[in-house]
Amino acid sequence: MSQTASNTALHEFALRLGDDALTLGHRLSEWCSNGPYLEEDIALSNIALDHIGRARMLLGYAAEVEGKGRSEDDLAFLRHARQFRNLLLFELPKGDFAFTIARQFFVDVFHAAYFAALTQSSDETLAGIAGKAVKECRYHQRHTAQWMLRLGDGTEESHERLQKAVDQLWGYLPELFDMDDLESGLATDGIAVDRSNLRDAFYADVSEVLNAATITVPESEWRQDGGRNGIHTEYLGHLLAEMQFMQRAYPGMEW
Amino acid sequence: MGAATDTVDNEALVERALDVLESVHDPEIPVLTISDLGILRRVEATDEGVRVVISPTYSGCPAMDTIEKDVRRVMQESGIAAEVKTEVNPPWTTDWITERGRQRMLEYGIAPPHGKSSDKRSLMGLDPTVACPQCRSTRTQMLSAFGSTACKALYRCEDCMETFDYFKCL
Repeated sequence: MSQTASNTALHEFALRLGDDALTLGHRLSEWCSNGPYLEEDIALSNIALDHIGRARMLLGYAAEVEGKGRSEDDLAFLRHARQFRNLLLFELPKGDFAFTIARQFFVDVFHAAYFAALTQSSDETLAGIAGKAVKECRYHQRHTAQWMLRLGDGTEESHERLQKAVDQLWGYLPELFDMDDLESGLATDGIAVDRSNLRDAFYADVSEVLNAATITVPESEWRQDGGRNGIHTEYLGHLLAEMQFMQRAYPGMEW
Repeated sequence: MGAATDTVDNEALVERALDVLESVHDPEIPVLTISDLGILRRVEATDEGVRVVISPTYSGCPAMDTIEKDVRRVMQESGIAAEVKTEVNPPWTTDWITERGRQRMLEYGIAPPHGKSSDKRSLMGLDPTVACPQCRSTRTQMLSAFGSTACKALYRCEDCMETFDYFKCL
């Protein structure tokens, strides 16, 4: 691969991971001052902050690799929905508390394995970001796994809400393990991770917790995808409208 | 000037920079300096002056911008030309908090991280037994895994009934 071609691929890859972190970080931040009680409000805001911090590092790196003088802020605030590369799972609205917890739990289990593998990347920057992320994911996972048990095995209402959330989210999980030419090429070069290798362990881990939480593991084969190609749900546009408002209305403004 | 003199000058400059950096405190836990916390990784001599290398505690630690500004300010005030570099690899760990840092933390009312970050119990399973920084009782209970800042959890002492922050082991 030529230097330019590999830089383009690396830029795109960092953008993908950065957009995943940014959209989910924004969704979590929507709980700030809206949490069910103070400690949980703080917990979700803390987790949001870890994702937004990760987004800053990844988008900053994407901008640096691109070498066109764009900054992490340009990438976050000045791209349109079709230019975002995050997976659909990360952009779905926060829903009720059960939905937020179920999504976060799935993401934490996936990320704990994914970032652990990415620490072995031959790209030092990505390996370093992964090294920080993996510790944070494990800490988040401990929190969300406890909530899965409490909600699933809690009251009739909490059980029902969690089951519904799991059913709704299930079709967005397969996209986590999709590989395309870009990521396969980078995986061969030792830069990216082969996501498909993480699938079986993920479903085994998740099913174990769902069973313990008395939640039925969905059997539906329905799946939705498109995020990596910029084909998003209608919700991303609304998210960006709020997140990007200041820069769109007052271009170049700074705090 | 010969090469030998340059080396001596560089060493002296790095020493002086390290001294000056002792005045940079963590904005969220002001009793601790950035060297107590292990955020300050090292100071290197460059052609222009020095390079100060710092490492964020958490990916989203909002204190990093302030710390970077503070580093620039004190260096400028002491007339040392300095650039600041943020490094994430290897990732920061609570193991880097110095003994003096742990002592100061305790005196300030924050329980320092318990054990080594490699102890998986601290990440995956059991909550560590944390001694109350006020009365030293170990009859304490975690109220919330997430505290007032990303690096802390909230505990309560069952003996003196005070709540206190615990610096999470990471």
